[in-house]
Amino acid sequence: MPVATINDRVVNVDDEGFLTDYDDWDEDLAKVLASQIGIALTEDHWKAIHFLRRDYKETGETATLRRVTTVAGIPTKDLFTLFPKKPAKKMAYIAGLPKPRGCV
Amino acid sequence: MATDVNSAPVPNFEDSESGRKMAFICSKGTLDMAYPGLILANAALGEGIEVHLFFTFWGLDMITKKHMDSLRFTLLGNTATHMPQGLGGLPGMTSMATSMMKKQIASIGVPEVPEMLEQIVASGGHLWACRMSTDMMHLEKEDLYDPVEGILNASDFIEMTDGAQVLFI
Repeated sequence: MPVATINDRVVNVDDEGFLTDYDDWDEDLAKVLASQIGIALTEDHWKAIHFLRRDYKETGETATLRRVTTVAGIPTKDLFTLFPKKPAKKMAYIAGLPKPRGCV
Repeated sequence: MATDVNSAPVPNFEDSESGRKMAFICSKGTLDMAYPGLILANAALGEGIEVHLFFTFWGLDMITKKHMDSLRFTLLGNTATHMPQGLGGLPGMTSMATSMMKKQIASIGVPEVPEMLEQIVASGGHLWACRMSTDMMHLEKEDLYDPVEGILNASDFIEMTDGAQVLFI
């Protein structure tokens, strides 16, 4: 499923629904993506999402949970509260990035 | 293509099996064998699974204050290093092999064992020590890494892991 629409916007996604084109994303889209998985974005959520976006641009990889904790300084515990159960994948989804590739 | 307002699929972040639970029995105290359980436990937590780690026999070194920072890797008895086995017995070889392995692990961004444990605990994982092993090694709760929740005997462990997927490492 390469092309789909979210709120009447044309975007590129993979079979699961993760955005595949970095430039399709903006904050309005992130709000829609987040609400689709039951998350209302707060300032703390945005801090993580913006870090993921920035980090992906610099490294070409989606940050793992550990990287968000060590580099962005957001404690792991908080990430589990902000994005319950599957924080790494939920953050990646909302940030319009692929799932993290690394194991840790 | 699609004309719906929302045609993009939404990933399924719900539990595949509700209440999935995993237990990892860590029985080895070498640096190389400490990692598999920690990596998998950490990954399971990231998937929203309830995780318990049970440290038994040599695996107890991973959560013993005195040893957890100094787990080592040896060439001896490990043919997968593809080195002549006689080399492993030379003085200093274990230290050298250990520091090389630590460098390789660090180079891919994976933390040392105590830091992995810290992350597992921060992610909601539960750490337990084995009663028989602590008795054998004359260890008390205060000799163990602080976040260890308790010392369990074999039947406590069996009871606790009711319905869990259990991995012995």
